[in-house]
Amino acid sequence: MAQVTLSEITKVYPNGFTAVHPASFDIPDGEFVVLVGPSGCGKSTMLRMIAGLEDISQGDLNIGTRQVNNVDPADRDIAMVFQNYALYPHMSVRKNIGYGLKNRKIDKDEIDRKVREASTMLNLDDYLDRKPSQLSGGQRQRVAMGRAIVRDPALFLFDEPLSNLDAKLRTQMRIEIKALQRRLGVTAVYVTHDQVEAMTMADRIIVMNEGRIEQIGTPVDVYNTPETTFVASFMGAPPMNLMAGNIAGGKLRVGEEPIAYDNLPHSGDVTIGIRPEDIVPDERGDITIDVTLVEELGAHRLLHGTIAGQDISIHVDKDNMINTGALRVSLKPNAVSLFDAITGKRLT
Amino acid sequence: MKSEIKTYTRPQIKLLLIFDHGVLILGAAFMILPVLMLLQMTTMPDLFNMKTGPSLAIGDQLDDNFRKAMFEADGFSGANTGVRMLWNSMILGLGFAAGKIVLGMMAAYAIVYFRMRFATFAFWIIFTTLLLPLEVRILPSYEIVQHLGMLNTYQGLIIPLIASATATFFFRQYFRSIPEELIEAARIDGAGPFKFFVDILVPLSQTMIAAMFIIMFVYGWNQYLWPTMITTDEDMFTLVRGIKQITQSLEGTSLPEYGRANMLALVAILPPVLIVIFFQSWFVKGLTESDK
Ligand SMILES: Nc1ncnc2c1ncn2[C@@H]1O[C@H](COP(=O)(O)OP(=O)(O)OP(=O)(O)O)[C@@H](O)[C@H]1O
Ligand SMILES: [Mg+2]
Repeated sequence: MAQVTLSEITKVYPNGFTAVHPASFDIPDGEFVVLVGPSGCGKSTMLRMIAGLEDISQGDLNIGTRQVNNVDPADRDIAMVFQNYALYPHMSVRKNIGYGLKNRKIDKDEIDRKVREASTMLNLDDYLDRKPSQLSGGQRQRVAMGRAIVRDPALFLFDEPLSNLDAKLRTQMRIEIKALQRRLGVTAVYVTHDQVEAMTMADRIIVMNEGRIEQIGTPVDVYNTPETTFVASFMGAPPMNLMAGNIAGGKLRVGEEPIAYDNLPHSGDVTIGIRPEDIVPDERGDITIDVTLVEELGAHRLLHGTIAGQDISIHVDKDNMINTGALRVSLKPNAVSLFDAITGKRLT
Repeated sequence: MKSEIKTYTRPQIKLLLIFDHGVLILGAAFMILPVLMLLQMTTMPDLFNMKTGPSLAIGDQLDDNFRKAMFEADGFSGANTGVRMLWNSMILGLGFAAGKIVLGMMAAYAIVYFRMRFATFAFWIIFTTLLLPLEVRILPSYEIVQHLGMLNTYQGLIIPLIASATATFFFRQYFRSIPEELIEAARIDGAGPFKFFVDILVPLSQTMIAAMFIIMFVYGWNQYLWPTMITTDEDMFTLVRGIKQITQSLEGTSLPEYGRANMLALVAILPPVLIVIFFQSWFVKGLTESDK
């Protein structure tokens, strides 16, 4: 168990491509941090630098009190779970889980005891003598987890460990992993491109885009007060509505349509962000939306339409049998996020 | 309305099947004919063979020829019995295959997993040696072996042959197909280069090793030119090389011992055939499947 500190960590690949721009953050002991971002944004690169599988081009990495920039992966006191599980196909589950311990010259009885402990925790007792090829995807995932926990590491690293599982199993494993991490109290860094996973599992989320950290915060923070338009559109499904707007004389408008905000300190062009669920149908509302399409999602219905020529979506309950056509709506309090129209950064 | 499903047995398909099998059987018969001829001649007295050549007659000399082939020698020292030559061939085949596999795996391991400068270049250099088979460099090779005092030794027979571009190539391709994550997992599990090789790579390559073993064993077993040059002591003769010796002894009053030579030829065919038959499934698996 340990605190992890990254300062100005940078990755430049040998071909000159900068995959991670200088990034700094701390992970307190026992925290579950999720690195999330679109494909190719540098999440894996970041994780692999922490693991020691990729050289750190610049910056300092500390795990616990130790600077580990040049420490071998095996000696960083970490354990990693890979997307494709990376189980040794020729070894039984027992051997797979115990291999790391065996290499550390721990004696046989001790290994056996630890493997049993882990397998019991993960419900793998009946499978100890099977080969990975004789297991289901979920079971393989558990073996990979087992391999990580027997080593009693200071830090867990996960690289999209659930993306090969079907939706239902993914939900289940999500909870299992989180519960296990809680129970063991081990610091964890978890990489995913799935924002639902990020929201549900994280103590803190780090949103990355194109090699840069866009925002670090609790799931609630990141969801409610996105720092950039990128975070606003990446987190949440359906994503936040982003519309070009304008502030003049302290009044906010989308096209000619006024939005119920007065006395704003800014002026000029802005990007307006509103979560689809923060817009409520309201006969006395002062905003009119032209609904053109209704999407049925079971528990919810998603209304797609336009406001002043710009696309907008509204999230309503399944009982709200609204149809296409003009719809009057109002906004929940504090529903509007404002971003700089050019930089995309949040305006206070 | 009732729909009727009629099932036809299609005669065309059956005909095609018969035709296919006919072709296959014919091919097989064609391939096996020389072997049958050999077998027939081992049952006949040498004089008959000399006069008539192959025929349809089955004689009674099989056991006699077998005894002569396996336990009698024709040289001065009396050392080159069939059993001895079989033994030598076995050592050559096994040593040749094992050496090529060990060397090829290690070379491929170095090329694939270590960040060396010129690794690709080194690989292509190794690869181009395919264009320089032993026959091209046989004189210098012979000279070196002679200087090292390895004439008429098993080392001399095997070592100059085991550097293998083919094995290196196959293992390289195979290693490259092993997922990167597996290697990384092993690194995190604290497996150093040696442990990774022994604990992970070798077991994973089992089927590949088996396939290589078959190919290389047969290849080594059938070596002719090199053993002929390197072995002059009769107790070092291999089967393939020794057979020639027998049919050659035309001088004097003795007849060439066709029966015995043919018997030896049959004996020489057997081990490779058995190996291929028994390891066939491995062979196919090794070259086509990858269970990672
Ligand atoms: N060895 C390399 N050499 C050069 N560029 C690389 C190398 N590995 C990755 N990259 C680049 O670095 C960027 C980040 O890659 P990375 O694997 O970290 O993405 P990721 O966020 O994990 O994406 P995904 O969700 O698809 O796994 C990508 O644009 C990729 O093309
Ligand atoms: Mg990745």
